[in-house]
Amino acid sequence: MTALHNIRQGIPPGGVPLAIENIEKSFGERQVLKGIDLHIPAGQFVAVVGRSGCGKSTLLRLLAGLDQPSGGQLLAGNGSLNAVREDIRLMFQDSRLLPWKRVIDNVGLGLSGNWRKQAEEALAAVGLADRANEWPAALSGGQKQRVALARALIHRPRLLLLDEPLGALDALTRIEMQQLIERLWQQHGFTVLLVTHDVAEAVAVADRVILIEDGQIGLDLDVQLVRPRPHGSPLLAALEARVLDRVLAQPELPTPPEPVSPLPTQLRWAL
Amino acid sequence: MSNTTLHKLALRAAPWALPLGLLAAWQLAVASGWLSSRILPAPSAVLAAGWELLASGEIWQHLAISGQRAGIGFAIGGGIGLLLGFITGLSKWGECFLDSSVQMIRNVPHLALIPLVILWFGIDEAAKVFLVALGTLFPIYLNTYHGIRNVDPALVEMARSYGLSGFSLFRQVILPGALPSILVGVRFALGFMWLTLIVAETISASSGIGYLAMNAREFLQTDVVVLAILLYAVLGKLADVAARGLERVWLRWHPAYQAKAGGQ
Repeated sequence: MTALHNIRQGIPPGGVPLAIENIEKSFGERQVLKGIDLHIPAGQFVAVVGRSGCGKSTLLRLLAGLDQPSGGQLLAGNGSLNAVREDIRLMFQDSRLLPWKRVIDNVGLGLSGNWRKQAEEALAAVGLADRANEWPAALSGGQKQRVALARALIHRPRLLLLDEPLGALDALTRIEMQQLIERLWQQHGFTVLLVTHDVAEAVAVADRVILIEDGQIGLDLDVQLVRPRPHGSPLLAALEARVLDRVLAQPELPTPPEPVSPLPTQLRWAL
Repeated sequence: MSNTTLHKLALRAAPWALPLGLLAAWQLAVASGWLSSRILPAPSAVLAAGWELLASGEIWQHLAISGQRAGIGFAIGGGIGLLLGFITGLSKWGECFLDSSVQMIRNVPHLALIPLVILWFGIDEAAKVFLVALGTLFPIYLNTYHGIRNVDPALVEMARSYGLSGFSLFRQVILPGALPSILVGVRFALGFMWLTLIVAETISASSGIGYLAMNAREFLQTDVVVLAILLYAVLGKLADVAARGLERVWLRWHPAYQAKAGGQ
């Protein structure tokens, strides 16, 4: 499981320290993020939870550089986040594998030179070494997400952004993936921002749980439990209850549609 | 021979059962005098006519010239259609500037241009190639344009976040994403290609399969006329097989085409 350590030698492992300063984002009239301040030390595993439409995915898209903030600034350490863009990788809700590329070519997407061996190692790290030459259509949902994870990890990210990557998986596959992500995080020491609406998942894997309510931080909770954390532990349950109480105490927002990927008509701007 | 190979053979033979049966019925009908050979010659007569033309080498000449017209016309029309489709599919400006013009021209039935084309090019090769090019341009244009516009924007967004842009984004994401639709366009275009060529060769030509048929009509050689019709059918079938071959190679990642390839 040390395979990935060899991929980008010479670059110090570890995470990007993140400073989110008074970030705002509006889509037209609607303000989705209303001034978020958040400092994340390097290597921390942060889970962001909240009701749908609260702005948690928007925050992640800003960090990934897919959208630009309307106000405030995003910093990595002392520099701009854009300066370390190469060290940031985003895993989407759906795996977004290219169906016309074999699994291994999906992992090597965007790489040049001789990346094949690294891709094999990345696939081995997620337990899919033997599926390298299959088409994505032949994989299950969980396997596709593992390929997507390998595709992100081969770049040796120092900040890994996860946009509900486990949302569509069945309960058992989910737990497996949580453990896999946790293990890889412990090996590589990157900073992780996991957006999820599953509070149990958040407290089970994260060092810190951030609750976003109506575009603002509603709760910032440290989870100081030793790892590995046994499933069903009463301490986890207590933390989960605390976050859920807070979420449910808030009246539900009128659900505006989440701002998502560009419309098909925007594709024309692609090139 | 095992049971499974027998089963496979039966599956392979099944599509041919009906055409062969019809041929046999046709032969019987002519042989018994129930069908006049002036109206429809017996398959054996058609075969004999074919053999005669084959032996004299005449048929190859006509096939070659028809194939050449079809191929050059398709290459020109398909190439322009593909290029225009890329331009309008990829750039807002291109769509704005070109699409409505192309759509207007598309609505003119291209065979209606025949009198004009004869005035422009005479009854030369150029006239036929021009008509074929015009007939194949629009199906490929339309399907390329729609194929590109329907590429999953989520995949494009993902690829861009992994550092792909410009030509590598086009080659690795947009083109393969549009390819299933483009190949549908190719299959439509191949149909139009033969249709246009038949009409063009029938109206004015001094060589080619259409000429063979029209010439035979003058001399009441129904067997040769039927032969020419059959040749067109064979050529159309060959073109379709070629297009399916491309689909099987280029779309082998696609579950729908994998299933098809496995079933045949």
